[in-house]
Amino acid sequence: MTMSTTGATAMAGGTEMLAVSLYHYLVVSALLLVMGIFGIFLNRKNVIVILMSIELILLAANLNLVAFSAVLGDLVGQIFVMFTLTVAAAEAAIGLAIVVIYFRNRGSIQVEDVNLMKG
Amino acid sequence: MNWTLALPEVVLACCGMAILVLGVLMKRDSFQLCSMITVGAFLLAAMLVVAGAPGIGFHGQFTSDSFSGFVKLLVLVASAFGVIASFDYNAHANLRRFEFPVLILFATVGMMLMASASNLMTLYVGLELQSLSIYVLAAFARDELRSSEAGLKYFVLGSLASGLLLYGISLVYGFSGSMQFDRLAAALSDPATASPGLIVGIVFVVAGLAFKVSAVPFHMWTPDVYEGAPTPVTLLMGTAPKVAAMALLVRAMATPFGHLLVHWQQLIVLVSIASMILGSLAAIGQTNIKRLMAYSSIGHMGYVLIGLAAGTPVGIRGVLIYLVTYVFMNAGTFACILAMRRKGVALEKISDLSGLGKTDPVLAMWLAVFMFSMAGIPPFSGFWGKYFIFTAAVQSGLWALAVIGVLTSVIGAFYYIRIIKVMYFDAAAESFDARPASLSVLAGVSGLFTTLFFVFPAPIVGAAEAAAKVLFG
Repeated sequence: MTMSTTGATAMAGGTEMLAVSLYHYLVVSALLLVMGIFGIFLNRKNVIVILMSIELILLAANLNLVAFSAVLGDLVGQIFVMFTLTVAAAEAAIGLAIVVIYFRNRGSIQVEDVNLMKG
Repeated sequence: MNWTLALPEVVLACCGMAILVLGVLMKRDSFQLCSMITVGAFLLAAMLVVAGAPGIGFHGQFTSDSFSGFVKLLVLVASAFGVIASFDYNAHANLRRFEFPVLILFATVGMMLMASASNLMTLYVGLELQSLSIYVLAAFARDELRSSEAGLKYFVLGSLASGLLLYGISLVYGFSGSMQFDRLAAALSDPATASPGLIVGIVFVVAGLAFKVSAVPFHMWTPDVYEGAPTPVTLLMGTAPKVAAMALLVRAMATPFGHLLVHWQQLIVLVSIASMILGSLAAIGQTNIKRLMAYSSIGHMGYVLIGLAAGTPVGIRGVLIYLVTYVFMNAGTFACILAMRRKGVALEKISDLSGLGKTDPVLAMWLAVFMFSMAGIPPFSGFWGKYFIFTAAVQSGLWALAVIGVLTSVIGAFYYIRIIKVMYFDAAAESFDARPASLSVLAGVSGLFTTLFFVFPAPIVGAAEAAAKVLFG
């Protein structure tokens, strides 16, 4: 596949000159993704931290898209990032609005207090 | 560029903005009027879908074919049911705000976009338009703690799923070089050369979409959100987005990743078995009927996924027929749940139904029809949905799936028939309030469809067959 050969040359160049290659981007974005997922599931404190973790996951995907777009020489990935940023902004607005009405009813946004319904 | 292909979506979106302006400008209570216009807009969009010509537009981003047409009509019907169901409920729950039908309308535009997506970008934007609208709808009863908790849970888990889907899309794009479904299909024509990165990407995409159809192991949100959200929203969430997300999953798996069947078939089989088993076992102990319907919908999605796992046009035909029968019996059941009201207070316990056979024989009859249909008892439509799905599984050699499906539907029959027992054989409780006409119509239409499906299956089966062929053409 063309992709893997491009990646391999970038990798070889990277080890010689310590340039940033596609694989560095992929590793960083994978780390961001894992941090985001752990932030949602291991966090026992505050719902705001969960909102931040969600943003982190979206940014991980964005980083991937931009890196791939640069390596492939294809603009579609970067156009997609513009859409994703817009969607992420809308998502943050709706998320905060829901947190506000939740706080108004419950008087708390601690994660352990979100337990009215259990299954 | 042939933009007229997207005319139903464009018209519907314009109607949405017009209704929004109307709602803001009108001084008096505009909920009823805006809801009526929304249903009218759905009708108009449905006519445009029927009249629309097939083709590919917007530089390959948007496909209009018989598959998308079939799904769009079903989505429009389900969304219209959601709006009609809200007339009476919202008046009682003090939710008479015109934003309600407008949000349903925008969610519907998103779902129609999902049905037509032929590019990963369109797929994502359509899915997000649908999800964002429904997050707000779930939390619409903003003075009620349960509704806002449902909204919060749905938002957090839904955004996580969207994030995983997006990450999967980025990997698929990077390792195949395109976002276009047809180019992906050409690039991925040989399963042997699929790179591990691509497979990981596909797994992420399937995980994100499995969340939207609430298939195990991504079902955790379903019971809580179903229970907490206002009941008309639960009706909507149980029908239209499930149809759209399933259609998206089917198109994504059949068109761009169709040649990689060997890689994703096992995944779908596992998800399907887990959903069927959880759906049938976890529902047994439920006392709240909305929670019970949540587990029931998880189980139904398991059956639908059997058709996808078959990976043949016959399987996809089964998926579409099952979705049609599912939408009608689910909407009908929720119409009956919405009619459970004593002295103006909405009831949700299964025990509240006791003796309904004596106090309200018509409502009890329709609910019994829906329960028999969901249990898969002939001649009701639910049986035929299962029949087409299991036939496809057997034809594709997936015997284990078909056997597990039959076994779990026998277990599932227990809790459906328990509701019928409560209605007809338990001591009669106080009767419910008089039913509003909107709910009687909803239950009646769905009930008639469910009962009489076996008399006129030909048009629906034929349309489903044509729609399934397009994906493999």
